[in-house]
Amino acid sequence: MVGIQAYGGYVPRYRISRMTIIQNMAWYFPVIMAVAGGEKAIANWDEDAVSMAVEAAYDCLAARDRKRVDGLFLASTTLPFADRLNAGIVAAALNLVEDGLSAADYTACQKAGTTACLAALDAVSSGSKSGVLVVASDQRRTKMATMFEMFYGDGAAALLFGRDDVIAEFIGAYSMNCDFVDHYKGYGKEFDYGWEERWVRDEGYGRIIPQAVNAFLAKHSMKIADFAKVVYPCYFTGTHRAIAKELGIDQSHLQDNLHNTCGDTGAAHPILMLAQALEGAKPGDRILVAGFGQGCDVLAFAVTENITKFRPAQGVTASLASRVEFTNYLKFTKFRDLITADLGIRGEANPNASLTVLWRKRKMILGLTGHLCTKCGTPQFPPMPMCVNPNCQAVGSFEDYEFAGRRGRVEMFTGDLLSPSVDPPAVYGLVSFDGGGKIFVDFTDCDLNQVKVGMPVKMAFRRRTRDQMRGFTGYFWKAVPQVQG
Amino acid sequence: MASGIRDKVAILGMGCTRFGERWNDSAEDLLVEAFQECIEDAGIDKGEIQAAWLGVCFDEVNIGKSALAASTALRLPNIAVTRVENFCASGTESFRGAVYAVASGACDIALAMGVEKLKDIGYGGLPEFSTALGITNSMWFPNMTAPGGFAMLATGYAAKYGLDIQEVKKAMAHVSVKSHANGALNPKAHLRRPVTEEQVLMAPMIAFPLGLFDCCGVSDGAACAIVTTPEIAKAMGKKDIVTVKALQLALSNGTEIAYSDWDGAHFITTTKASAEAYREAGIKNPREEISMMEVHDCFSITELVTMEDLHISERGKAPKDVLDGFFDRDGGIPCQIDGGLKCFGHPIGASGLRMLYEMYLQLLERAGQRQIQNPRYGLTHNLGGFPMFNICSIAIVGRYGD
Repeated sequence: MVGIQAYGGYVPRYRISRMTIIQNMAWYFPVIMAVAGGEKAIANWDEDAVSMAVEAAYDCLAARDRKRVDGLFLASTTLPFADRLNAGIVAAALNLVEDGLSAADYTACQKAGTTACLAALDAVSSGSKSGVLVVASDQRRTKMATMFEMFYGDGAAALLFGRDDVIAEFIGAYSMNCDFVDHYKGYGKEFDYGWEERWVRDEGYGRIIPQAVNAFLAKHSMKIADFAKVVYPCYFTGTHRAIAKELGIDQSHLQDNLHNTCGDTGAAHPILMLAQALEGAKPGDRILVAGFGQGCDVLAFAVTENITKFRPAQGVTASLASRVEFTNYLKFTKFRDLITADLGIRGEANPNASLTVLWRKRKMILGLTGHLCTKCGTPQFPPMPMCVNPNCQAVGSFEDYEFAGRRGRVEMFTGDLLSPSVDPPAVYGLVSFDGGGKIFVDFTDCDLNQVKVGMPVKMAFRRRTRDQMRGFTGYFWKAVPQVQG
Repeated sequence: MASGIRDKVAILGMGCTRFGERWNDSAEDLLVEAFQECIEDAGIDKGEIQAAWLGVCFDEVNIGKSALAASTALRLPNIAVTRVENFCASGTESFRGAVYAVASGACDIALAMGVEKLKDIGYGGLPEFSTALGITNSMWFPNMTAPGGFAMLATGYAAKYGLDIQEVKKAMAHVSVKSHANGALNPKAHLRRPVTEEQVLMAPMIAFPLGLFDCCGVSDGAACAIVTTPEIAKAMGKKDIVTVKALQLALSNGTEIAYSDWDGAHFITTTKASAEAYREAGIKNPREEISMMEVHDCFSITELVTMEDLHISERGKAPKDVLDGFFDRDGGIPCQIDGGLKCFGHPIGASGLRMLYEMYLQLLERAGQRQIQNPRYGLTHNLGGFPMFNICSIAIVGRYGD
């Protein structure tokens, strides 16, 4: 039996109300007032498609043995590297076993997420792979005062495909591809370039999705009523409903397009919606999911009894509920580098990331892996040649010890206004991990006035540097204070 | 068993520039200014100096690597000149090199210099140091500055002793008020204006909970010392010979930042180095025997916590001692009598020697308006790096045979 073994999702903490955008930018382009409702999720300044993918992957794999994952496909249209496997960064952050791992980026199309799922299912069905993780993630920059700015949100989702203990069995799939270009982003361009909305709604989403779904149903001799949930993206909420009506889907069986709470997360969106559908699914439910972009992929799953035994670390619904409203539109535009604000001479420092160091220390820097001394049992970070315990100091007797999933507590901290940051003050401090070990580390997703000594933290993979001169993006882990405990 | 440095090396002469924003002076100009005062005080010819040390930290924005710039600036007679760098302990390291050279008998007369030209970078604060901790650390360390690194100590200290951060800030404020009062009396200090506790507490935040007046200044400056044996000093007809009683250095080994025992409220290194220094100097009860101190007040919280690590204040009692005025100029142990880093600023390589300069002046009763009564032992302390990984240097000086 082939299918989904685990799912997870990640929606970044900050939400910007569409009214906030309207209040700031409707003077320039009043048409944006047409989508005044709801809010969209916005990645923090130190997040991108890769870091959000890592969050979603950990959410998905929390209860799974990561050593058994032998395939990783990353789907995104906003990858930081044009040539350096972005999925490889995610794999390193997950500490996946390098030997035997197949990894690939699926990109350049909004349906890259569903296409990656089809490839994963093929690999698992053929027996060439036993556990393939698909992570889809997008963080699309948009120009200010555009409809894209209103519709697009940031987020990521992950699905683990395998043969045993599936929570949703794969029923079948249908794909069609056509060069319908509702929008495109040319090579080297910063922003999407879109065509007339009416045409995109009526001839794009509104025609291609029903066509593909009907072809799927015919191919598999199924009826739309066989499905408890139908999942497809369409950020035009009216069109989303109209497609359902045309296909005969009862509104109660239509998966929310998350327009009001999250916005459209691009290549991640059908996967994110599917992850949320699985959260509410019961054994026996059948779920149809479609991805749209230069055609359409349609996949169907039958939920098994195992669904009752699986829970992601947090899940999409909880991630959506864990929100902080972001009211400063100008700050949002700075986070996206849409405005020029001075960082001062101190902010000009731009040390070149050493690729030899990154290779040698990849487990430490990308995987947040330290040492566990096999002589005295002390967990420690950073990994060094001699044990840090003054009463031990053993040389070379270490096992890898992952700190990524561990909780810690703030021992000391500051909010530094001298340090160059696009989100001052730069909050950082010393964290001690439950179970031992410490780290001196940047904090993120927090307000200084809420941070206290003793407060619990969890670790999050974040973008640490973006070297505009050389085009390199550097990552490390940060501590996220858990204000609610 | 080593007998330690006590009374083996005498300070023959010292020099110190005015510290400040010396816009029109280079590091070389500052070195020469300090050196001229020093060699005149020592009463020797330049040709009698057999070896020299130079302490400097931010060489890239300053005088460059090696000791060549110093050898060239002072036109030293093709002798050994060694550049040393150990963050904020660089000045004391330079002194240590010269003192150990004399103590070993390798040379009769040695020169210790320290200089830092910080005001050629175009922005306030210390130079940016994202790569100063090495290439690997540059790829994962927090986006940190000096005030931020030390500010953390205040949160750790408050948590350990169950204090509200405002209570700690009040004691920190007095640390700064006291140093400004002293600095106002010193013509060589950079900042010479007294401040009130209210001004300190109302100042803009730099790194929570440190406000502007919790931070020392940033300035240019140089200081130096010429050292020899007490015998040579006596033979030269010197009276009131000041000798080195102790010189200690202690470095972190990663325990604070990576091992779970450290409480984040004290300096492991200072605690150890000061105990060793008292032992070396033959001091049994530092609170009774130390007459005066120049400690590393890069930030007010550093000075506050250091009082406990120096075994002067009991653990958790430094705020009380500070607020009682124990470290004021007229208190039990006057501290930062010259104004400290607070008023001199912190040209890194020069600071350790600048502190010794004040102790030297006090012991020779040359400190003018700042002179305290009958000082016996003067202690200097530098703290390089950050609370969770640092270098502590301690020197104790006094009169020969005393």
